Amino acid sequence: MLGLNKNDTTLFVVIIILTILAPFLLNPFPTESTLAQFNAGYPDLMEKFVVFGIFAIGFNILFGLTGYLSFGHAAFLGVGSYSAVWIYKLFTYNVIPALILAVIVSGIFAILIGYVSLRRSGIYFSILTLAFAQMSFALAYSVLSNPKFNLTNGETGLQIYANDLQLFHRESLPNFPHIFGLSMGSTYKLGVGPWEFQFNVAYYFCALMMIASFYFAIRLFRSPFGMMLRAIKSNQQRLNYTGLNSRPYMLAAFVVSGMYAGLAGGLLAVTDPLAGAERMQWTASGEVVLMTILGGTGTLIGPVLGAGFIKYFENIFSKINDQVLHQWFTFLPDGIEDFLVAIVHPFIGKGWHLTLGILFMLVVIFLPGGLVEGGQRIARIARRLMNRDKAADAANVSAE
Amino acid sequence: MAILEVKGVNKRFGGLAALSDVNLTVQESTVHAIIGPNGAGKSTLLNCLVGKLMPDSGSVMFDNRSVLGRKPHEINQMGISRVFQTPEIFGDLTVLENIMIPCFAKRDGAFRMHAFEQFANEAELIDKSDAILADVSMADQRDAHAASLSRGDKRRLEMAMCLVQEPRLLLLDEPTAGMARADTNNTIDLLKEINSKRDITMVIIEHDMHVVFSLAERITVLAQGTPLVEDTPDNIKGNPKVQEAYLGESQI
Repeated sequence: MLGLNKNDTTLFVVIIILTILAPFLLNPFPTESTLAQFNAGYPDLMEKFVVFGIFAIGFNILFGLTGYLSFGHAAFLGVGSYSAVWIYKLFTYNVIPALILAVIVSGIFAILIGYVSLRRSGIYFSILTLAFAQMSFALAYSVLSNPKFNLTNGETGLQIYANDLQLFHRESLPNFPHIFGLSMGSTYKLGVGPWEFQFNVAYYFCALMMIASFYFAIRLFRSPFGMMLRAIKSNQQRLNYTGLNSRPYMLAAFVVSGMYAGLAGGLLAVTDPLAGAERMQWTASGEVVLMTILGGTGTLIGPVLGAGFIKYFENIFSKINDQVLHQWFTFLPDGIEDFLVAIVHPFIGKGWHLTLGILFMLVVIFLPGGLVEGGQRIARIARRLMNRDKAADAANVSAE
Repeated sequence: MAILEVKGVNKRFGGLAALSDVNLTVQESTVHAIIGPNGAGKSTLLNCLVGKLMPDSGSVMFDNRSVLGRKPHEINQMGISRVFQTPEIFGDLTVLENIMIPCFAKRDGAFRMHAFEQFANEAELIDKSDAILADVSMADQRDAHAASLSRGDKRRLEMAMCLVQEPRLLLLDEPTAGMARADTNNTIDLLKEINSKRDITMVIIEHDMHVVFSLAERITVLAQGTPLVEDTPDNIKGNPKVQEAYLGESQI
């Protein structure tokens, strides 16, 4: 179907179903229950899942296929956001032109950075991209926000003010990013018994974009172009002596990857119409590296899983505090309860990075293929157990 | 007709003259061996032919066009393929994919953005690759990971990758290094067949005299960066200068 082989079609259909049903699947606990804080099915977080999923899918096209580790991908995320917000400020809140500009501008930006950075490989490439990203951050944070020429609005971040031009904005249109009049902020709430499910326009719009991005990524992975990129990772010298110029292949991969990041940046401005320089900082670049490695480098689904995993931790684990812990351990004698809370305390709330770090180390050491490898191992064990059961059944039948 | 002409090539590494005034003419459709003791400059010469090194002076003409200053991929596109001393293949890819990559290079040139095309639709190239794999008797390893092959198979795969491009000149850097005698003989047969059936000119660097004398029609002896003699294998065998510079060593 759609030019995909059987396995890829299955994967693609599963992804579509999961993203469509996410408001249900991520909201397993009733609103009033104590476990409700583990629910991830609210628009803000679900949007982050899919937007950073797109970011990581794009990053994986570069890192997973070619092995070139970019440490400055957040620059493209930021450029995408700024471009989108400028469309809002000057023309319209409609998200389509905003996203188109975000992708184009980040693509041009990627050509410039890639052209210079790709002169080197390995660690030098990583350092060059890091340097470019930090320069972009400095530009956005201070240089390009002076009173004479204010492109980024510095520390405050670029946002929409009442006196902005907004050439094509009409009274009848929502005062928020919208798609042909349908506001991105509108949410339909469905109450089923004690549960409440939220269906948000921005989420479904971002999810649609992620599904499209995922589809293009599958096609790219399976194309001759994708094979060339894997060949670069495997043996760049051989590729050159085989009559292929690795430079334009690398640049093309870098630009495609940068455009994915630009799309993700634009979508961040779709869910919330502002753009800040911190989006370009090196921690943001590092985060997408973590997402990709945690999920499974070079796999199709891995980056999306990694992005979801990290964003879940960032938003859910950081919300657990001592009070919540006391509630959980309340059945224990007081002394033990306090002791347990004291032990767990550093790993929750603001300490969620600590938990994430430990999990990351465990994954890298025991599952070098990331969460995807974990899934594959579980599937293999399950299959073996099932086969054993079948064999046992067959033995029983023949014995009777 | 001369397909490759090397004239007055010099290459220095610091104080060391790796090549000094090297002249070499390779006739079309022949197998030309370059031999010489370690450090004679054989590999340096080969690297000058494929764009890895730039000679300090001199000219290298392939088919009456200069190869100097061109990048490795451009030289390959002119029709020169190279087999490395240690097999250089795409270890992470399957055997079939390893063959498909040079097929794409041959058909589409040095770069093409075929990101939305499907691998499975390239039936013509897949057939061509399968045929080559059958020729080097590796058809049953078609879907294996290239990294998992034995050393001899990796060498054959690399050879097949070069052959599928139908090069006009094939450069081989010690193609039987580290091989057992049986494998060496197989390689000799394979190379003979390639030369006669496909009409590919070959320049071969080799230490193993058995290989050199069973394949080469002309032999150039390099010593300390300069060609000592160039002649037929029979004359080389009896040449006292060669005995002294090269074969003499092994007789002690």
